[in-house]
Amino acid sequence: MKFLNKQVIFGLVIICVNIFSAIFAPIIATHPVDDMDFLNIFAKPNEGGHILGTDDYGRDIFSRLVYGSRVSLMVGIVAVSIGALIGTFLGVISGYFGGFVDALIMRFVDALLSFPYVLLAIAMMAVLGAGLFNAMLAIGIVMVPSFARVMRSAVMNIKNEEFVLAARSMGASDLWIIFQHILPNITPVLIVYASLNFAGAVISEATLSFLGLGIQPPTPSWGSMLSEAKNYLQTAPHMAIFPGLAILITCLGFNILGDGLRDLLDPRLKK
Amino acid sequence: MAKYILKRFVQVIPTLFFVILTVFLIMKLIPGDPAMVLLGPQARAEDIVRFRQQLGLDKPILVQFVIYLKRVLTGDLGRSLIYRQDVLTLILERLPTTVTLSLSALFIALVIGIPLGIVAAMKHNSFVDLLVTILALIGISIPIFWFGMILIIVFSLKLGWLPAVGLGDISKGLWDVVSHFILPSLALGILSTGTIARFTRSSMLEVLNQDYIRTAYAKGLKKTLILYRHALKNALIPVITVIGLQLGNLLAGAVLTETVFALPGLGKLMVDGIFRRDYMLVQGEVLFTAIVYIFVNLMVDIIYAFINPKIRQLYRSV
Repeated sequence: MKFLNKQVIFGLVIICVNIFSAIFAPIIATHPVDDMDFLNIFAKPNEGGHILGTDDYGRDIFSRLVYGSRVSLMVGIVAVSIGALIGTFLGVISGYFGGFVDALIMRFVDALLSFPYVLLAIAMMAVLGAGLFNAMLAIGIVMVPSFARVMRSAVMNIKNEEFVLAARSMGASDLWIIFQHILPNITPVLIVYASLNFAGAVISEATLSFLGLGIQPPTPSWGSMLSEAKNYLQTAPHMAIFPGLAILITCLGFNILGDGLRDLLDPRLKK
Repeated sequence: MAKYILKRFVQVIPTLFFVILTVFLIMKLIPGDPAMVLLGPQARAEDIVRFRQQLGLDKPILVQFVIYLKRVLTGDLGRSLIYRQDVLTLILERLPTTVTLSLSALFIALVIGIPLGIVAAMKHNSFVDLLVTILALIGISIPIFWFGMILIIVFSLKLGWLPAVGLGDISKGLWDVVSHFILPSLALGILSTGTIARFTRSSMLEVLNQDYIRTAYAKGLKKTLILYRHALKNALIPVITVIGLQLGNLLAGAVLTETVFALPGLGKLMVDGIFRRDYMLVQGEVLFTAIVYIFVNLMVDIIYAFINPKIRQLYRSV
């Protein structure tokens, strides 16, 4: 297993459990996700046949967590894709061509980076309105500037390498050089950065939903479950504990994977 | 040095301009007629017309931006509809709570994060190193609002040691105020603690691998002397930059902490503003926080230049 270090494997295992529960949610869930067990409202873990107990409507917390992983993964995938695609596009153009285009793009990126990350996402949600689609969009857009920054410096690092100069001296077009030489070489950086940002996206979704700006009830999302739980900390602390653990473990998985991949793919970033 | 400070100040101008432009454009995304949204559903038609003229909404977008820019530069962030007050006044009223919260969170992050990072680096590849690495990873993976809820459950509901919500009352003594800030600061500080611990560790590791450290060892200097005089001094220089970035994130993270702990700060003001569709308030607050963030980072850059001999050297001759 030369290509996989322990960290990468550990991270991948956590993520696979997540993906597995998202895909097979209907099979894994012990109860229908919106079923209200009125006789067992606020059931504690292991009461009335509910492994992790029930919430204020008597809904099974374990089943809602399992379905909630769908929302988290979807937001992560879509948001990171938006951020990575637009960010890479801007970063490559900026880094490769330089000059006026570079200055213009980077000033704008600087401005967006001057907003604290969470704040910008909240501001966008305030304008766009709550909902799953808008949450994915807002989180994705907020990720664009940092992706652009990172990809730009990755491009600048290799654009003057000899193999790029050789290609240019042989008359290769800019487009050819970008697709044949630049993009394959910055992919490792992209993968590492995407993995780390996936954790950020999961937390951001939870944050927005917690504030009531993200996924709306009754769709189960870890953040909105916590948002409901905060009113019952005294009577039903289990409502708060498990969704948060799910977020923590998922983010831990992606952060560990990202750290491991960085050590593997980009030795220069190691330490 | 003066030239460096001047240069950094000049660099801030375009950033500020783009930030104001961004906030302006985000608010342009509000679907529907902004005047109608801003005034609320009860507004009379003639009020809307008057309001549009007041804000210049009937003019071309470029003119609107110039009007907005002028207002912002004179310190006018608009009026809040729900509080019927100047947005800037509202912000300044609540600023002390948020600043206290952010600074105490930063204090916790520094006091815990830096020593953890140093110890981990010194005992590289040991059990302690692994433990710190895992703790720091948890620190950056944990949702701060959830951590806040867990702190409330454990320290206030189960153990009854500390108050859960609200601001303390100074008439009940200093401890009442301080005790109300402990849990929120811990909750808010954990993310920065993890980040700072990770960064200190890697920065320290890098320094410990440098030739001059090996030379110091070869000269037969005592280990503690090498660590404090040679390694630590150099390792902490880049950490300063991270601290600056953290302060901005702490200000933003206060939105969440203040919601969980019901603290009447900037974050609470913003969340209330969002839910009651007080766009002027939200717009003003976003802009205010971004500007504070920019200037905090500017300060950090300047402090950094003072501390870092390399930059100081660069600007000494001119």
